[in-house]
Amino acid sequence: MSETLTIEKSKRSPWGGGISPFNVSWGKMYMWFFLVSDAFTFSSLLIAYGTLRHRFTEIWPLASEVFTHFPFVHGHVQLAYVALMTFILIMSSVTMVLAVDAGHRRDNKSVAVWMALTIVGGFMFLGSQAWEWYHFIEGSEQGSYVLADGRFARTDDYEPGTIFFRGGEKVEGAEAKALIASATKHTIGANLVENEYGPTPLFANFFFFITGFHGFHVFSGVMINLIIFFNVIDGIYKKRGHYEQVEKAGLYWHFVDLVWVFVFTFFYLV
Amino acid sequence: MVFFVLTGGLSGTFSNLLIPLQLGARDMASGFLNMLSYWFFFGSCTVMTISLFVEGGPASAGWTIYPPLSALPTAISGSGAGMTLWLVSMVLFIVSALLGGINYVATIINLRTEGMSMTRMPLTIWAFFITAILGILSFPVLFAAALLLVFDRSFGTSFYLSDIFIDGAPLEHIGGSPILFQHLFWFLGHPEVYIVLLPSLGLASEVISVMSRKPIFGYKAMIGSMFVIAFLSFIVWGHHMFMTGMNPFLGSVFVVTTLMVAIPSAVKVFNYIATLWRGNLILSPAMLFAIGLVSFFISGGLTGIILGDSALDINIHDNYFVVAHFHIVMGASAIFGMFAGVYHWFPRMFGRMMNFKLGYLHFWLTIICVYGVFFPMHFLGLAGVPRRYYANTAYAGFDSLFEINQIVTVFAMIAGIAQVIFALNFFFSMFRGQRASQNPWNANTLEWTAPVEHLHGNWPGAIPTVHRWPYDYGKPGHHEDFIPQTVPHSQTTSSNRPDDH
Repeated sequence: MSETLTIEKSKRSPWGGGISPFNVSWGKMYMWFFLVSDAFTFSSLLIAYGTLRHRFTEIWPLASEVFTHFPFVHGHVQLAYVALMTFILIMSSVTMVLAVDAGHRRDNKSVAVWMALTIVGGFMFLGSQAWEWYHFIEGSEQGSYVLADGRFARTDDYEPGTIFFRGGEKVEGAEAKALIASATKHTIGANLVENEYGPTPLFANFFFFITGFHGFHVFSGVMINLIIFFNVIDGIYKKRGHYEQVEKAGLYWHFVDLVWVFVFTFFYLV
Repeated sequence: MVFFVLTGGLSGTFSNLLIPLQLGARDMASGFLNMLSYWFFFGSCTVMTISLFVEGGPASAGWTIYPPLSALPTAISGSGAGMTLWLVSMVLFIVSALLGGINYVATIINLRTEGMSMTRMPLTIWAFFITAILGILSFPVLFAAALLLVFDRSFGTSFYLSDIFIDGAPLEHIGGSPILFQHLFWFLGHPEVYIVLLPSLGLASEVISVMSRKPIFGYKAMIGSMFVIAFLSFIVWGHHMFMTGMNPFLGSVFVVTTLMVAIPSAVKVFNYIATLWRGNLILSPAMLFAIGLVSFFISGGLTGIILGDSALDINIHDNYFVVAHFHIVMGASAIFGMFAGVYHWFPRMFGRMMNFKLGYLHFWLTIICVYGVFFPMHFLGLAGVPRRYYANTAYAGFDSLFEINQIVTVFAMIAGIAQVIFALNFFFSMFRGQRASQNPWNANTLEWTAPVEHLHGNWPGAIPTVHRWPYDYGKPGHHEDFIPQTVPHSQTTSSNRPDDH
């Protein structure tokens, strides 16, 4: 009696072997575990960023004063451009959801259309990021100065002749000219060694590294989506009878979007 | 040693051999990923070997590659091309470990044969499972740390570098933190210790149970303690960094979590001893190596409790006491587990037995020499001899310890020669060894039901079905002292018990 019970029990339990307990293919499980591992990579980068930024809270540049460019707009528009980028990326996630949903309905044509829109969204994001990097690297016309007394002073292209200090203090006219003349260091733009946004190179270091690392993920995501798109057009998944590859690409794409939400929060908002 | 022998050699080889065979699967979930993992590992080994021969010599910052030594190509001769190749090799290695680990986890979750519930899996599989999860969660952190290091080395960033002078001239780096690297590194580094150790413990669990002809004592406690060890391994990394100027309160938190590791470890040790207790011991070479592992795990674990205390650690950090501790508890233990695995599963791999007499010689020489090398090192460490110095003769204060060092050297050389015996035995038995029967150890697990010929798909006909857990050894009422997992309960009515699983 007892033995038949044990045998029956093991056959009924999803963890009893012979079937997939989570009811997912191993391919999808690979993607999940890869994403968990990738999440740890990004977390460690963001934690490293948080640790070093915390050390230099006093001199760390404020994102709202750095990212003020917007195409065709004269003057400062704080963070509007990056908000637009984020919106584009999130919209591409929405189109990805619709592609996966169309796959569930076995609607080959809709999958192709939504995948194409997702790819367009991905390229738009990458293009926007290139534009933003360009302006970050190029910097302002006058750059910033380290003054003889060690203070760090920035300039503003729309208010020439004035220098600004951290905390809103500003100096104008002849006094500013004298301070600039005695400056020990003049920086324009940003690179991995120095940047005009603050006295610490770490700000630009982390900006380039983390947004670059994320951008590389977006780029590979777009490449994956392109491959999927061509497969859809060729009718490969239609013949196969299921659109699981679209789901897997979707998982990756949503993950990349999610990571951007964190990067956006920690780099631009906080 | 840590990465290529103990990580690649243990979880890389034995996982791929035993996971499909012990679970009753035709193959790993993805043969393609498996192949990728192998070739990345191959590439990684190749690059590491090349790094030995480049100008300036191989990477000389140790396996922990702390910056600034590793971050400034001009710091010392080994910081140049050798270090760059080291980092390239590690990136390839991490990719390989990740692909392999994902494959192991997916196979164990999805491809168990009919009836193989999670609590009917051999403890080896549990160990590989938990090891793979540890790898998936910890290696990416090293990946991030190594990428930042590459940027510091090659592109002028300052993540780990701050105000540094070389030959009196200041470098441009400011603001970074070398301690940050240590945090990131040890977040991998400590789980890595268990990535190395758990597969060995898993292999030993199986060997000890089979060779004692007794069920493993506390099967579920073994699984639980492995999970607890795995969890704790992520929150103890600070104990490698007590001397970095860490806040003493934070240090004491790490002391508590570190000492907590002793609890699941002790559970495992006592379970091994209770399994051996009054068993019908068959002292095959594999069994001796498994018992040797338990011995090392105890003696190395005890010094771990001393080192894990931040107050005592001030005195004994970075000297030979530490060297002795971790070589015994993770080096020798893991190696012994690997030897136990090789001796035990050799008939499964090649259809032939290894020579027992040479095996005994290998075992006794090795265990005596390992203790001969590392036991005196505790005293060297307590006397203050620092590690990582290439010569201690420059300090007159250590002259009185000269003879201890000599003893250590002699034992080390004998231990090295003893491994030649193993190599000879291995290759001789591979071609000329005595032919093994289908199930030479009378073991219960599924790998002994598969034909010795290496078939594609492991079993010629249908995959075997599992009806019981793998540790029905010496069961009262049964005419043999083992009942393979494939035997249904309906055939063993004389020995069935109400709590069978």
